[in-house]
Amino acid sequence: MSVLSLKVNGKTHSVDVDPTTPLLYVLSDDLGLRGPKFGCGLGQCGSCTVLVKGQAVRSCITAVESVVGIEIITLEGLGTPDKPHAIQKAFIEEQAAQCGYCLNGVILTAKAFLDKNPKATEAEIQQGMSRVLCRCFTHSRMLRAIGRAQKEMAR
Amino acid sequence: MKNPSLPLPEITQTMAQNAADALSRAGFSRRDFIKGTGALIVSFSMGGALAPLEAQQTRAGAFGEPAAPDSPPANEVDSWLAIGADGSVTAYTGKEELGQGMSTVQTQLVAEELCVPFQSVNLIVADTSMTPDQGVTSGSQSHPANFNHSNLAGACATAREALLQLGSKRLGVPADELVAVDGAIRSKSDASKKVAYGELVAGKKFDLKVDPAAKRKPASEWTVLGKPIGRPDMAAMATGTFEYAHNVRVPGMLHGMVIRPSAVGANLMSVDESSVAGMPGLMKVVVKKNFVGVVAEKKWQAIQIANKLDVKWSTPPELPKQETFYDHLRTQKPTRDTLLVNSKDVEQKLAEAATVVKATYYHPYQMHGSVGSSCAVADVQGDKATVWSPTQGVWHQRSTLAMLLGLKPENVHVIFKRGSGCYGINGADTVTFDAALLSQAVGKPVRIQLTRREEMAWENYGFAFTIDERAGLDAQGNIIAWDHEAWSPVLGNRPVYSYPGNVITGFLAGFQPEEFRPRSPAPEPANFSNNSNAIPSYVVGHVGGADHGAGTVKSERALLHNVVSPFWTGPLRSPQRLQNTFAHESFMDELAARAQVDPVEFRLRHLSEPRMIDVVKAAAKAANWVTGPSPFRRKTLARTYFGRGIACVAYEGDNGFAAMVAEVEVDTATGKIGVKRLVVANDAGPVSNPDGLRNQCEGGALQGLSRCLGEEVTWDDHNVTSVDWNSYHSLPLGFAVPKIEVVLLNRPDDPATGAGETAITVVAGAIGNAIFDATGARIRQVPFTPERIKSALAG
Repeated sequence: MSVLSLKVNGKTHSVDVDPTTPLLYVLSDDLGLRGPKFGCGLGQCGSCTVLVKGQAVRSCITAVESVVGIEIITLEGLGTPDKPHAIQKAFIEEQAAQCGYCLNGVILTAKAFLDKNPKATEAEIQQGMSRVLCRCFTHSRMLRAIGRAQKEMAR
Repeated sequence: MKNPSLPLPEITQTMAQNAADALSRAGFSRRDFIKGTGALIVSFSMGGALAPLEAQQTRAGAFGEPAAPDSPPANEVDSWLAIGADGSVTAYTGKEELGQGMSTVQTQLVAEELCVPFQSVNLIVADTSMTPDQGVTSGSQSHPANFNHSNLAGACATAREALLQLGSKRLGVPADELVAVDGAIRSKSDASKKVAYGELVAGKKFDLKVDPAAKRKPASEWTVLGKPIGRPDMAAMATGTFEYAHNVRVPGMLHGMVIRPSAVGANLMSVDESSVAGMPGLMKVVVKKNFVGVVAEKKWQAIQIANKLDVKWSTPPELPKQETFYDHLRTQKPTRDTLLVNSKDVEQKLAEAATVVKATYYHPYQMHGSVGSSCAVADVQGDKATVWSPTQGVWHQRSTLAMLLGLKPENVHVIFKRGSGCYGINGADTVTFDAALLSQAVGKPVRIQLTRREEMAWENYGFAFTIDERAGLDAQGNIIAWDHEAWSPVLGNRPVYSYPGNVITGFLAGFQPEEFRPRSPAPEPANFSNNSNAIPSYVVGHVGGADHGAGTVKSERALLHNVVSPFWTGPLRSPQRLQNTFAHESFMDELAARAQVDPVEFRLRHLSEPRMIDVVKAAAKAANWVTGPSPFRRKTLARTYFGRGIACVAYEGDNGFAAMVAEVEVDTATGKIGVKRLVVANDAGPVSNPDGLRNQCEGGALQGLSRCLGEEVTWDDHNVTSVDWNSYHSLPLGFAVPKIEVVLLNRPDDPATGAGETAITVVAGAIGNAIFDATGARIRQVPFTPERIKSALAG
């Protein structure tokens, strides 16, 4: 075990963990965050996504020691139910979910992609989302929500 | 807006806090409330309006299904509703929010029937300390169970009538001059004459039987139901604050992992605990018959210990070869045979037919494949247990958990917490058993979330099928006889009340799955059963002197052979209905092609059920269906062909109707399919929430597409080999998503039917038929991989 310093959603946390622990378990068990979720543990589905320096990173296969001191943003760090981020607002307005379990990975992957590619075409957005799974198959609404967020974020 | 589904405080209470608050305001606990002890009882004078009610159901199960003996009784209004002194409405339901929008639409129902604002209803979902036993939330049964005249809807209508009577007494105004508005009873002519529900009931009990004849609000007066109200849980989900089963944390909670057998049918030989001795965080190695698990302080520790633990298993028998599995099914003995219809003249009619058409269809095992592997938290201490579970049936779970743990059912408290979308029996029940066994072994709360492999290798798969269809056409191209014969393997099921061994954990811990009961030959059908759409939509379904089917073909036979499965099986969204419908709808298209008749026209010619006819016409119209027999072979590029196909279903015969037109492009060189457009027409009776229903139809359409294009459980000599998202192929968000158009047929005065499984049922048929229309190649095996399409093209 080692005491590590993590910067999550603008706050600094000190955690006493095995440094090889996947970041996901530290976020959900030690910090009690609900956004990042375990889906596959293999980096295949996206449910565990967090933003590390603005990049979408799969926290289930990222050792906590590799992100010490680096700014990490989780879904709850983007906005709140009362003050959602533009992209969260777009998903709420489009009712773009069913069970909602995958929303964490969908929203954060889309956010990182749009930040980098604000003028992406629909086809490029789909390409950007090609490694994210939604098993309720709310795809159409989600892509519509991302398109809506793109317009909103461009303002 | 007050949010009925907002997450609970950080530490989950054993009783949902908001529900406990509502009751404590009224001055009693929920159990006291139901039992009538310690509660003041309002005696409603119904002025003779209510005859003594022998309720249709003395127990809670919908449609006469059994229920736990100590469940709040379904025929009591108090089982479903409580009105606080402050006028707040708490409603109780056994039908869960699984992502299908059921909480939102049930809240709409309560608000509508009780005439209160949507925001003032607090819906309590599936908790054995509070809600009636409604079996499982599955099989498109929630809408019919709670939106027709019994259960939740019946309780609300009965309560509104009772409130009108009470208001009449209080105001001294005849009840027919009163109206229920906005949580109060008021005079129709003088708005100042009114009394609030809270004053009338003051948190006391109704002490009334649900009156199935209580007047429902007509759809023409709806202001809440039938409206596209958004899901109140959406904001919490989108901002990462929603509490799933996966997020439940209780004080002192430990983390578990399980070690499943090395192969299907392997038995435990030895566990060497010394292999993990001294590893950080280790609390216990747990062994119970073939069940092996570990408990540690932290998740990462539990994973490392589970990986290191030296466990030896016996060499299991070989699995049947996958390459020949569909033929293997035909030869398996014993069988359990079920005959659904049998006019006994099929062979004769086929002999007389101008043309006889035969085809065989194959559907693989498929998995629920929840995106989040299943997770539960259990706290078993002494003779009491509390579990937080994403199970679809809390009362079933309570009963089987009690068996597994050797506890009294009344000492087991099951609290539903939403999991990752399940689409049927995913790992939710089995992981709850895992958590409970581990917790019992350490006497502390334990959380476990399965690994991706454990989820995928050991779940109860959707059924594989081999289906033979035969039909005869007369000289005019009309169908004169239809014969359906199917083989399907089964093992285990939902655990229901008494079969923990129906899922892997219960089996490993020593319980047997429900016994396979051979029966051959099948008895002649005495009562009509659609039996999961085993009966084609186009036959008359003549049983017991009456026609029950949706079609016109009089000479009919439908026969099912169940055999023992090497893998666990269970309901997966549209169980059997989807597989049967793939065969029926593909075959119907083959018949239309043989008769050289337009596929829509050919269907209409053989349907008698007006609601089926309507959805077929609506889908064809919305899709601008171009009339003409298939195949069209419309070339769009050098080697690409365009086609359109249609398929339809009368779900379970009468529980919802859907038709779909699919438009595809087929690249004949690569065998790749591009799906351009899916048009769905859906009839679920009254449209209770149009946006929620659209969401279900859209999701069903794409999930059906993923299942028919890529999803297949695979195995080798001993093991399932589709154990992650590289080996089990789900269409990701980035695939070329087709345009989806949904047409809702609203029948506000008809009974509510199933809504969640109709669209998915028709996808494989519609896509296969579109491929045929484009290329003239018929594909009869799901999934429609490029290899299979190329092979079909090669003839």
